[in-house]
Amino acid sequence: MRILYRLILKEFKQIFRNKIMLPVIFIIPFIQTIILVYSATLELKNSDITIIDMDKSMISANLISKFQASPFFKVELMSYNEKEISDALLKDKTKAILIIPKDFEKNLRSGIPVKILLNLNAIDSQSSGLINIYVGQTVLGIFKDFKPFLSKIDLEQQMPKVDIRPSYWYNQNLNFKFFMLPGILTILVSMIGIFLTSFNIVREKEMGTIEQINVTPIEKWQFLTGKLLPFVLIGIFDLTIGLLFGIFMFDLPFEGSVYTMFIFTILFLIAGIGIGLLIADFSNTLQQSMFMLLFFFLIFILMGGTFTAVESMPDWAQAINVVNPMYYYMRVVRSILLKGSGVLDLIKDFWALLVYGITTVFVAVWAYRKTV
Amino acid sequence: MYEIEIHNLCKNFGKTPALDNLNLVVKKNEFYGLIGPDGAGKTTLMRIITSLLLPDSGYLKVAGLDPGKDYRELRLKLGYMPGKFALYQDLSIEENLTFFATVFGTTVKENYNLIKSIYSQIEPFKNRRAGKLSGGMKQKLALSCALVHKPEILILDEPTTGVDAVSRREFWEMLNEIKSHGITIVVSTPYLEEAALCDNIALMNKGKIISSGSPEEISSTFPEDLFIVETKYIPQTLKVLRQFPNLINVNSFGHSLHLVLKKNTVQTKEIVDFIENKGISNIKVKKGKPEIEDSFIYFSSSNL
Repeated sequence: MRILYRLILKEFKQIFRNKIMLPVIFIIPFIQTIILVYSATLELKNSDITIIDMDKSMISANLISKFQASPFFKVELMSYNEKEISDALLKDKTKAILIIPKDFEKNLRSGIPVKILLNLNAIDSQSSGLINIYVGQTVLGIFKDFKPFLSKIDLEQQMPKVDIRPSYWYNQNLNFKFFMLPGILTILVSMIGIFLTSFNIVREKEMGTIEQINVTPIEKWQFLTGKLLPFVLIGIFDLTIGLLFGIFMFDLPFEGSVYTMFIFTILFLIAGIGIGLLIADFSNTLQQSMFMLLFFFLIFILMGGTFTAVESMPDWAQAINVVNPMYYYMRVVRSILLKGSGVLDLIKDFWALLVYGITTVFVAVWAYRKTV
Repeated sequence: MYEIEIHNLCKNFGKTPALDNLNLVVKKNEFYGLIGPDGAGKTTLMRIITSLLLPDSGYLKVAGLDPGKDYRELRLKLGYMPGKFALYQDLSIEENLTFFATVFGTTVKENYNLIKSIYSQIEPFKNRRAGKLSGGMKQKLALSCALVHKPEILILDEPTTGVDAVSRREFWEMLNEIKSHGITIVVSTPYLEEAALCDNIALMNKGKIISSGSPEEISSTFPEDLFIVETKYIPQTLKVLRQFPNLINVNSFGHSLHLVLKKNTVQTKEIVDFIENKGISNIKVKKGKPEIEDSFIYFSSSNL
């Protein structure tokens, strides 16, 4: 026990004396939450849209002003010119081009079905999809506004009969920050866990200090626990800062209990650190571990549901997620924060992370060799 | 009873043999030197002795223990100073020492008398980070850390490589002091002149021990005649001597040349005549006592 205490003490001393590590651990959480939560947003705002009005009628003018008033769009008007249209999209002058055809109003009034053409730049498929939906809603809105004028057409027939009124549970206003912030926090915690532990051990290998440690009676479990514990503590510390930041700066709801959050964070950190230890076992230089870590980390983040919904992934990808600790933790953090789930509600994730953590740490300790 | 006993030890790295059927014994409280160039297998041997590496085959006992099986016990009895500075650069002198003392389940105070003469030299700077120390101070710290648990055997891998001449002499004096505490010392060095400072040495080359014994023994077992040729024209004379009939070896040693010839076949006069015939005058030739370096060159070339 005295040895373990010394090892941990040594680890903390080294961390606090490291001019790069220290800021990474204690300042990056702030910067990351501020920058990423504000910038990494899927909300659509001020998207450039070009409208070509070939009808020049009252309704088309109204439609344009509706777009102009919308916070989602920044409207530019253009006259019809085939070359300019393709140019505008090609040169990224606009994201979408909406063409209101001739006789738009006339046809509407006489009940003839009308068609509006919307050309979208689909390089960024996500935002073009959103623009499509917003444009559709805005255009539909016009029909409602002009209902009295359009008496000749049977609006009942055109409008959907079932009026779906969504009620967004757990995030009533669909606040995107409430989706992103837990995601960013998760990334933060796993970076501390996986990266720092791994680097820390590989650094001992690179500096040669492992050689001196290896001739001492220190057992490998002591050495690895000495590496694991400080980073579990730092991970929890960083999560706490991030959460407080989220709560006070972004009004992030915290419906669940702090205990549940910490229990799952510790479980996740142990699993993540286990992976970090495993990677350190197999690398001799920082470069090697860096690339291995990045490879796994990217898969973990992108598949774990930080930015995209796991449910929309193909089945095989969802199957891979069984070995992705981020997948469990990501879901758990959001559920605890927004839904107020307790350990019992998340019992499946609890067991999964527990088994994961124990397995990786055991395999890592087993695979770690004091003698080469 | 030997402190270290090695018979027919082999170790291969892939297909390259690092240690080839090695035999070696070190007596208790002996100052033993492993002498040889880079790549001779000195570090590999030391890593096997310190239980950091497992041999492929052979018999090995260190302090009566098998490093492969009883490494837990053995590590308490060993002090090891790797060739590369392996202490924590971001910890201070004192923190490093305390750390290694604790790890061995002891305290600095307990064995202070053993490290006192070394540690007291760097103690005034005990709050300085190890990474900011000079080469000589780093070495003293590493030695203190390797001794802090009062080991029975101290193993030092090239402690004097890259150290200036004055510090090197100082270091050997420190080792002699440590020896006076009853500790067995095994040291490796590529500097042949340091061999004379050891009780017993083993000359190593290409994974083999080519000769072993005390420095005097090794000199006296030199089987051929050695002539020392003094001249102002070293390169020219060297060139000439390479054509000497039945030559075994000729090498330049600073301001003279060492010429090895079959025992009792040639007189000094013949050598002088041979050189002067080639137009180089003003030379002195005398029979000499072989140095370790002569032995090393002789044995390593005759072994090939």
